[in-house]
Amino acid sequence: MSDAVFIAFQANDETRSIVEAIGADNPQASIVHYPAMVKIDAPGRLVVRRESIENLIGRAFDLRELQVNLISLSGNIDESDDEFVLHWNQS
Amino acid sequence: MNMPAAPAKPPRKLGIKENYALLTRGLGWETSYEPMDKVFPQDRFEGIKIHDWDKWEDPFRLTMDAYWKYQGEKERKLYAIIDAFQQNNGQFNVSDARYVNTLKLFLTGVSPLEYAAHRGFAMAGRNFRGTSARIACQMQSIDELRHAQTQAHTISHYNKFFNGLHDYPHMHDRVWYLSVPKSYFEDAMTAGPFEFVTAISFSFEYVLTNLLFMPFMSGAAFNGDMATVTFGFSAQSDESRHMTLGLEVVKFILEQDPDNIPIVQRWLDKWFWRGYRLLTLVAMMMDYMLPKRVMSWAEAWEMYFEKNGGALFHDLSRYGIRMPKYHEVASKEKDRLSHEAWGTFYNYTQAAAFHTWIPADSEMQWLSQKYPKTFDRLYRPRLEFWREQQAQGKRFYNNTLPMLCQTCQVPMFFTEPDDPTKICYRESDYRDNKFHFCSDGCKDIFDHEPEKYVQAWLPVHQIYQGNCFLPDANPAAPDFDPLAEVLRYYHMQVGHDGHEYLDSPDRRNWEQWTGKPGVAA
Repeated sequence: MSDAVFIAFQANDETRSIVEAIGADNPQASIVHYPAMVKIDAPGRLVVRRESIENLIGRAFDLRELQVNLISLSGNIDESDDEFVLHWNQS
Repeated sequence: MNMPAAPAKPPRKLGIKENYALLTRGLGWETSYEPMDKVFPQDRFEGIKIHDWDKWEDPFRLTMDAYWKYQGEKERKLYAIIDAFQQNNGQFNVSDARYVNTLKLFLTGVSPLEYAAHRGFAMAGRNFRGTSARIACQMQSIDELRHAQTQAHTISHYNKFFNGLHDYPHMHDRVWYLSVPKSYFEDAMTAGPFEFVTAISFSFEYVLTNLLFMPFMSGAAFNGDMATVTFGFSAQSDESRHMTLGLEVVKFILEQDPDNIPIVQRWLDKWFWRGYRLLTLVAMMMDYMLPKRVMSWAEAWEMYFEKNGGALFHDLSRYGIRMPKYHEVASKEKDRLSHEAWGTFYNYTQAAAFHTWIPADSEMQWLSQKYPKTFDRLYRPRLEFWREQQAQGKRFYNNTLPMLCQTCQVPMFFTEPDDPTKICYRESDYRDNKFHFCSDGCKDIFDHEPEKYVQAWLPVHQIYQGNCFLPDANPAAPDFDPLAEVLRYYHMQVGHDGHEYLDSPDRRNWEQWTGKPGVAA
């Protein structure tokens, strides 16, 4: 069992689609709702895809917009124009 | 005019990687009038060896244009909510007036640290010779200033209705329990730039701030405080960038030279323990001060340190980094930390700028449930005894001054790692003086750099030396009241800012203004 990475967002209208997209792209992730906050844990690796979010919100999305509603995260980050990946480097 | 007749094709839009590379690689230069070592005199003395600054990579690759754009958006959202909160008298929608005491502790203890972080990152940024490191520090410095401002703006509204919030920068620099956060940050700021970023960006922001902001802000939401939730989460959105930077900093230093590993490990040990001791105040807020509770300190410690922190150190083990020293002591203390702290503040609340109280029966029940191994056996009987005394008109206030730990400056109330009924005392001799510590962790930190920690401004020592009175106080006068004089020096109003919550003007005002009970059912 690999160590979990996580990402947490403010719970609001903007993040609802983001969380939905993350859930669809990461079937192994668990999504927990706290007061005002949504925390998503995933074993080893979690990917946020620009295209999946755009398909849900119906407009162009810049992955850096994630920062507006981001609360916290853990894991090494690899970000490009299309994907935002959290992972641990484990052998 | 030189305008071309037909405009050329618009230039190709740069991807974020290229954009970031141009910002962080293109803007620096090697100085020629002065040697680089004279321009950057502080990034060598700590012993950290850097061979290639270009290996420093900010994974968010945030460029300045995007930075201003998203920060501006965050500010607009935040201030719109603060306006709405004020216009709708949101301060009366919180669970009960006890809740506001968490804000008092936050504003006096944490907000000035945001300002200190603003200064600290400005200094660190000046002292790194790598461009991307300087840019990351610059953004963080601006972020931290924003946090200090938004917190003051948000909480200033509460100052119109509740006591204890009227002079936080003055208090931060003087009051006994506030020397805990103050000395923590000043310890980091007076270290070299690499130790500073390891301490603050990594050990504090990456490893420990989740414990401060996530349960506390979620707790604020649960207690109806929309204004605080919003500044908290707005700050936290920057914090995720800072945390990421913290991890990158540590990886960068470790990858540059094997000689850096033992230095970094020592810093991780030190700053884990320093930060953990600071979080004692948070443990108490979570378990005792939030009228509606989200999770216990022990649960938060398990989730954010033992599990998430464990994953992080597992990841770093490939560099030869191990878990911070004494992490197992912190885990042993998780079932007692908040109870020991609250008991102490209950004793000394007459000298604090916030109120304390005995938890209601339903709250004690929650505590027994969350702390089945310790609460009923060790802490409930004491709380019930105090409650009994209070009912007889003998509310207990401790009028002696506690001994403080020379390193963390917390009163020495912590117990032995393996015996929660015995106070833990450690001591060291240095230059014919004896110094006292709350734990092996704090003693180790002192023993490594005694020349630094002997200079600590310990509030209790300072009071006994007569340095905490206003110039017009006369200790020789027959009716001299030292406590009253110290409180005057602190700018605390006796009978308003501190003492028992049930007897406080805050409680009376709350009941009168809202028609709701001072202790929510």
